[in-house]
Amino acid sequence: MWRFVGGRLLQAIPVILAVVTVTFFLVRVAPGGPFDSEKAVIPEVKAALEAQYRLDLPLGQQYLAYLGDLAHGELGPSFKYPGRSVNELIAAGLPATAELGAYALLVAIVLGGLAGVIASLKPNSAQDYIPMSIAMIGICMPTFLLGPLLVLVFGIHLEWLPVSGWGDMPGDKILPSLTLGAAYAAYIARLSRAGMLEVMSQDYIRTARAKGLPEWQVVTRHALRGGLIPVVAFLGPAFAGLLAGSFVVETIFQIPGLGRFYVQAAFNRDYTMILGTTVFLSTLIVLFNLLSDILAAWLNPRLRGQYGEA
Amino acid sequence: MALLSVRDLQVDFTTRNGRITAVNRISFDVESGKITAIIGESGSGKSVACYSLLGLLPTPPASIENGTAHFEGRDLLAMSEGQLREIRGRDIAMIFQDPMTCLNPYMTVGDQLIEPLVYHRKVSKAAARERALELLAEVGMREPAATIDQYPYQFSGGMRQRVMIAMALINEPKLLIADEPTTALDVTIQAQILALVAELQRKRNIGVIFISHDLSVVADIADEIVVMEKGHLVERGDRAAIFERAEHPYTRKLLEAIPAGSKAVSAEQREDLITVSHLCTWFGQGKGREPLRAVDDVSFTIQRGEVLGLVGESGSGKSTIGRSLLRLVPVTSGEVLFDGTDVTALEGVALKQMRRRMQMIFQDPYASLNPRMSVYDALAEPLLLHGIESRKTVEQGVLKLMDDVGLARAFVRKYPHEFSGGQRQRIAIGRALATRPEFVVADEPVSALDVTIQAQILDLMLELGKEYGLTMLFVSHDLAVVRHIADRILVLYKGKVVEQGTGEALFERPQQDYTRQLLQSIPGRALLA
Amino acid sequence: MNTLADSETLVAEQGTSLWQDAWRRLRKNRLALFGLCVLVFFVLIALLTPWLAPYAHDAQNLDLGATPPSAAHWLGTDIFGRDLLTQIMYGGRISLAVGFVATAVALVIGVTWGAVAGYVGGRVDAIMMRLVDILYALPFMIFIVLLMVVFGRNLLLLFLAIGAVEWLTMARIMRGQVQSLRQQEFVEAAISLGLSPATIVRRHLVPNALGPIIVYTTLTIPSVMLLEAFLSFLGLGVQPPATSWGLLISYGAETMEEYPWLLIFPGAALTLTLFALNFLGDGLRDALDVRGSGD
Repeated sequence: MWRFVGGRLLQAIPVILAVVTVTFFLVRVAPGGPFDSEKAVIPEVKAALEAQYRLDLPLGQQYLAYLGDLAHGELGPSFKYPGRSVNELIAAGLPATAELGAYALLVAIVLGGLAGVIASLKPNSAQDYIPMSIAMIGICMPTFLLGPLLVLVFGIHLEWLPVSGWGDMPGDKILPSLTLGAAYAAYIARLSRAGMLEVMSQDYIRTARAKGLPEWQVVTRHALRGGLIPVVAFLGPAFAGLLAGSFVVETIFQIPGLGRFYVQAAFNRDYTMILGTTVFLSTLIVLFNLLSDILAAWLNPRLRGQYGEA
Repeated sequence: MALLSVRDLQVDFTTRNGRITAVNRISFDVESGKITAIIGESGSGKSVACYSLLGLLPTPPASIENGTAHFEGRDLLAMSEGQLREIRGRDIAMIFQDPMTCLNPYMTVGDQLIEPLVYHRKVSKAAARERALELLAEVGMREPAATIDQYPYQFSGGMRQRVMIAMALINEPKLLIADEPTTALDVTIQAQILALVAELQRKRNIGVIFISHDLSVVADIADEIVVMEKGHLVERGDRAAIFERAEHPYTRKLLEAIPAGSKAVSAEQREDLITVSHLCTWFGQGKGREPLRAVDDVSFTIQRGEVLGLVGESGSGKSTIGRSLLRLVPVTSGEVLFDGTDVTALEGVALKQMRRRMQMIFQDPYASLNPRMSVYDALAEPLLLHGIESRKTVEQGVLKLMDDVGLARAFVRKYPHEFSGGQRQRIAIGRALATRPEFVVADEPVSALDVTIQAQILDLMLELGKEYGLTMLFVSHDLAVVRHIADRILVLYKGKVVEQGTGEALFERPQQDYTRQLLQSIPGRALLA
Repeated sequence: MNTLADSETLVAEQGTSLWQDAWRRLRKNRLALFGLCVLVFFVLIALLTPWLAPYAHDAQNLDLGATPPSAAHWLGTDIFGRDLLTQIMYGGRISLAVGFVATAVALVIGVTWGAVAGYVGGRVDAIMMRLVDILYALPFMIFIVLLMVVFGRNLLLLFLAIGAVEWLTMARIMRGQVQSLRQQEFVEAAISLGLSPATIVRRHLVPNALGPIIVYTTLTIPSVMLLEAFLSFLGLGVQPPATSWGLLISYGAETMEEYPWLLIFPGAALTLTLFALNFLGDGLRDALDVRGSGD
């Protein structure tokens, strides 16, 4: 098992390096420098600024210097918020985003998993059709449509829940978490239904029934583990999707999180911020992918054994 | 009073094409202390009948339409699911066909073993584990203490079947239902498992229902035999009655289908068509690792017009030899002379021309035909490719082939999925013969087929072999089948030839231990004599 | 239980190919059929928009402003007094075009890549698929955002960028198909008949790999459309005066308190299309009997 983890970690390094490199050069070749908008910048000031941001060095050296900083966990200063480093900005936005992401993931796993398992127990019955129809709506209703609609219904018409903010008013975390989690709940519902149906048709389920175990034990002891492995493997990609979705959700609900910073940085052409955030988020995604891969492999005794013994 | 007494059992299935009666009003008894075998081919309803007794059939599509099944005086079919569950795994236990898929891959063997005991008898886990260790030893597991916490993938097929048996017996059931428990196993392993089942049954004096498609498998162990055909019970009786005085034509057909006796060998010496010398086919397993020596320094010859049988268990390299001769797998070293030409060195046009002269018939008639090509397309392809027929005459050629392999001409536009296994194998044979080959490799061509179909296909192959003047390499795990069809037999073990000789010589005077072991494993040897 | 399969009797002389079989099954699936009809309807409208649209694409009426649905403007008007139905029709052209074109890009790259890797095998396969693995691990959503920021909002770039993300899964599916088909005995039979590799690919591999590819293609289109709408919503996709459903939804969300129809109608158009495509994809998956292709 440790060999497997080590191997996957080693694989993650070139990926992260590729992300850093591609992002760095993409941002550098982008048309329009960071200080172009300020029209009347005195040449001396501009030169001083460029020196501060190391823009006067050749590209190769800039890149190496950036890598050096990264190795120390330094993401450099922000272009648009003078005096503040990208690290600080990320640290400011991360808590809200992390919390939002965690709630959304919880919504996705609990609601989706339950719906999928319940549907799989009686395929082609109302117990199957109803949750699966809802899941279909979840898949077809994009986050940026669902969010405003939820606000319209629960915030504006019914006035049950606050329409925006994060941690300012009681209940203002419900709508954003639901909005962000809904699509993934739907995916997980479909995945777990398919996974469970597949497992429930296996011979070893018949063996379990032949032992006289009651149906709920057959499901919980024998079917769940195999049936939910696809869901675990999906958590990595789901996490990446959640982060991207947080751009939208944080914009809609005006949550001071990383996603909104990122979108603002993109519009402001705050290149160090874009670069820093991309590197940070990408690393996070790569690591999360790794985690879900490892978890899925660990759930399978055969894989676990193979790498454990070798 | 019988332990289990089934009366007028009828099970129907609702399918897209309407209702089908899978089990049609059958009645039979199972006595304590006896093994009752239920014999039938696929579609006979033998498994359905037994599963329905325990409520293990999915309803729908299945429905039990009629009948009673009294087990110790209580009617199983009238019980609620809860009552049945109390009996399942406690009083009536089951073992299944494929030990590879019947154990939960995500649980240790021990956890699965103790489950019935813990659930039905409320025994503590520690005590259950003790009992499981004893049972594992009893079913012949070496070092139970070391293996009990392993996962199923760490066991071989035979070992898994032993675990299944231990699991079934852990509650000391009164009735054991074994559904083709040895069909997926190698011959020598099959013999061991059969002996184990019989021994455990005698020791415990319990009732056993042994479901099988193969009469010879149960010939040594069954006390009572029930024969089923297409949902009907056609005959039942004790073993002697069935094997010696079978009355129903279907039972007799089954008995006749058991391949018996050696092929009469003509003494005339013929020229060698194929000379294989020092053939090695190894499969690399990545750098640094020892290659898998599937075929390891094998030499033999095949004479023109001869049928050479190649016998071995799984992993013996028998299929790889066939594929090596036809250049379907890359040969590591050695020489294969076909009519004087070294096949291993051919490339391009020369290889294509050689391919016309040697063909293959595969094991799985479901996988060996392209599902998107009709019979016509499948048979016309080789005819046109090698210019055997022109575009104008190809239809006649296809129809002629269909006549030869015994397929109705009306089926020419049909697709593989519309045929039964035996019919598909006929199509595959037709395709192989289309190029007018001199040499055919038949890789387990009948082992996926029902016994009676098996006999038909073997006869067809012998007949066509004569008609087309074929030389044949007949690969099989089944000694009885090979003996029936082959002039000479090669016994393989772990990639090497262990022994060779005519069927008669091999059966009467085996020289090697392994051959002897193989021969002793043949089920129902008494029948073959 | 293969107890029933063999009991089928053959009556008709004409065989039914698996394609005919699949079509028969699909026709019985009402949801899939509904999806197909909706899709055809929307595509026809998109193609004929310049002739069908009730107003000119850029016709404004600032005096009118935003009005709810009426006889003159069936779906109402936006704050500039533009006819919403016209906007949705033109937006649909872009949304559908992105969906189809980007999927086609993904299809061509992915199928070729996967087929080559799967057929050639060995070291070539290992290298090609390792590259796919690495690209797979890249956070593409963020990259597309980055690309759009850096190079400006450019429709062609959008096609390419989205296509570049989606081909990965296509390549994996195709490779898996080719690999498993290669081991099938009927391909071995074809080799031993002496057929050339090209013929084997054309006659034996492609027709059998087509099912999963069709299914996955149908399911890729909605996810691509969703991606485009996502980018447009953030203001990183399609740029005015061109419009797409995502952009319309974005405008609608800003003013939903006062003018909810501006959110609801474009949202309904997008959702309905995605429904149609997903139902069709699911239906095809069942009809072609394709087992769990990755979502």
